[in-house]
Amino acid sequence: MRNPVLQVRDLEVSFRVDTGSIFRHDYHRIRAVDGVSFDVYPAETLGIVGESGCGKSTLARALLGLKRAHGGKILWLGEDLVAASEEKMRRKRREIQLIFQDPQGSLDPRMTIGDIVAEPLRVFYPSMSRLQVRERVTGILKLVGLRPDQVNRYPHEFSGGQCQRVGIARALVVNPRLVVCDEPVSALDVSIQAQIVNLLKDLQKKLQLSLIFIAHDLSIVRHVSDRILVMYMGKVMELADRSSIYRRPKHPYTRALIESVPIPDPVRERARARRSLKGDMPSPLDPPSGCVFRTRCPFATELCAREVPELETLDDGHRVACHHHRELPPPPEPGEASEPDARESAEP
Amino acid sequence: MNETTRDAFDQALDSREVRGRSLYVDAWHRLLRNKAAVAALVILTIMIALVVFGPMLVDWDHEIPDWDNYSTPPSLETGHLFGTDALGRDLFARTMIGGRISLLVGLVATLVSLLIGVTWGAFAGYVGGRVDNVMMRIVDAVYAMPFMFFVILLMVVFGRNIFLIFVAIGAINWLDMARIVRGQTLSLKNKDFVEAARACGATEWQIIRRHIVPNLLGVVIVYVTLTIPQVILVESFLSFLGLGVQEPLTSWGALVNEGAQEMEVAPWSLLFPASFLAVTLFAFNFLGDGLRDALDPKDRQ
Repeated sequence: MRNPVLQVRDLEVSFRVDTGSIFRHDYHRIRAVDGVSFDVYPAETLGIVGESGCGKSTLARALLGLKRAHGGKILWLGEDLVAASEEKMRRKRREIQLIFQDPQGSLDPRMTIGDIVAEPLRVFYPSMSRLQVRERVTGILKLVGLRPDQVNRYPHEFSGGQCQRVGIARALVVNPRLVVCDEPVSALDVSIQAQIVNLLKDLQKKLQLSLIFIAHDLSIVRHVSDRILVMYMGKVMELADRSSIYRRPKHPYTRALIESVPIPDPVRERARARRSLKGDMPSPLDPPSGCVFRTRCPFATELCAREVPELETLDDGHRVACHHHRELPPPPEPGEASEPDARESAEP
Repeated sequence: MNETTRDAFDQALDSREVRGRSLYVDAWHRLLRNKAAVAALVILTIMIALVVFGPMLVDWDHEIPDWDNYSTPPSLETGHLFGTDALGRDLFARTMIGGRISLLVGLVATLVSLLIGVTWGAFAGYVGGRVDNVMMRIVDAVYAMPFMFFVILLMVVFGRNIFLIFVAIGAINWLDMARIVRGQTLSLKNKDFVEAARACGATEWQIIRRHIVPNLLGVVIVYVTLTIPQVILVESFLSFLGLGVQEPLTSWGALVNEGAQEMEVAPWSLLFPASFLAVTLFAFNFLGDGLRDALDPKDRQ
């Protein structure tokens, strides 16, 4: 395999939460991202899934330096970004761009579409002539499926899907190598979701982009990703190829996530045994000892409370952080396993 | 639609004018479509032309009395278009001269409060944290100072001077402006589009200039149009106390005050300055409303 563009090693990002009263100064640190490691290869898509609050968005922001990491390394083409100065980090953002969850909110309501898309160009290429900027903007708008004569429109005149296309155009206008998509479709209608996801895949192929695709919806991540990383409470639970994750999920949490995806067939949907996750994620202020998932895990034992499971690499490159992944019973539905196969054969 | 017509259609679309327009050009066009705002703009232009050139048009001076006509009603025969006051001074000339002072105070003092207030508030709000805390406590402290005491102190130390009035009023009014701007900035800086700009590599300065300031404009402009009338009224109050402009110089506020005292015997001496003042304040309010709407693209029809 080729060299990775991005290597993340033991990344730690924490927030300060003041817990003191006016008489006593005191605070806690919440580890939103806790020892996360992964690689991203050229022109591949890494999907990141997890519940709300598991640290996905914080991870995305840390990769761009919008939230500074407190430990670990982010190696971008071999260069460490955690230690980089603010100014250097700013310049690196030409190569790493971000697409936001809220399509309308991420566009300045007082700027025209043309100005919004041109902004990264003006920032990184201040000497570029107006004509060149206009040509580039026109080109990129066409690429994302918007009409160039819409440059003078304002964001509120567009639908959510169109706004997200503008957001994509803005991210791609400076030719980045990696685009971090932070739940780019979760605010959109289901019919529009497919359009945007397919647009991203198309563009990835055309421009040889690497994508980090963050979502809480497994079915979308399955559709776009080459490899999938499952996060829970700031930690990596499982990291493997898409087919491997869906056919042989090793971690109980991954299994629960896969089981929670509804099957678009009422008969099968009703027939299958659902073991939805019990309870909520524990408070990050007071994380459980040992394995963070043990409080909701049906297979938890005394060992899980005592020791933190290592992220173990299996023979086929599948990585999982669970003490008992070898002893788990096989996933219940045979119907579930066949579905990803059909999908994969349809896609090159 | 077959392929060739579709291509032709696409080409026609592509060749259409795609030059970008700025927010301000856009806003100007929108302002011109607002009838009330255009009327206000016309009235204000006429008003400014009048107070600048008006005194040159009449034979009478604002400070020299016409010894033959004390307190006469408006008439073409005597040449006193607005009549004369109790001392026989031409009221037209006095209204125009008073307008100069009132408009100047209104504009300059507002400009002072705008500059200090926006800079102070935006900086405090954007930087946040301890800096914000200290800066806003300073605002609170100044706010607690009695305004009249402050003005009298200035007068005593620096002597009586019309520019001191500008400074004094501006120095008090920026406090409100700073608070409003700080609140707005605080909410703006946490918006997604500001983070998006940062993710696009924009520097802090570029973010302030391109995203924070344009989004502040709407609120600031409304507040400015409220401040101008307020400042004009404060000036007239100061003049009434003998701390503002001094005779024979005058202002609309001072003229209204004099006129009010003679209202029963010489109603014209109240009517003319008061209607000039009222019309101007109205025009500022309408213009402010129009500007706010024009600067908000969402109101575009």
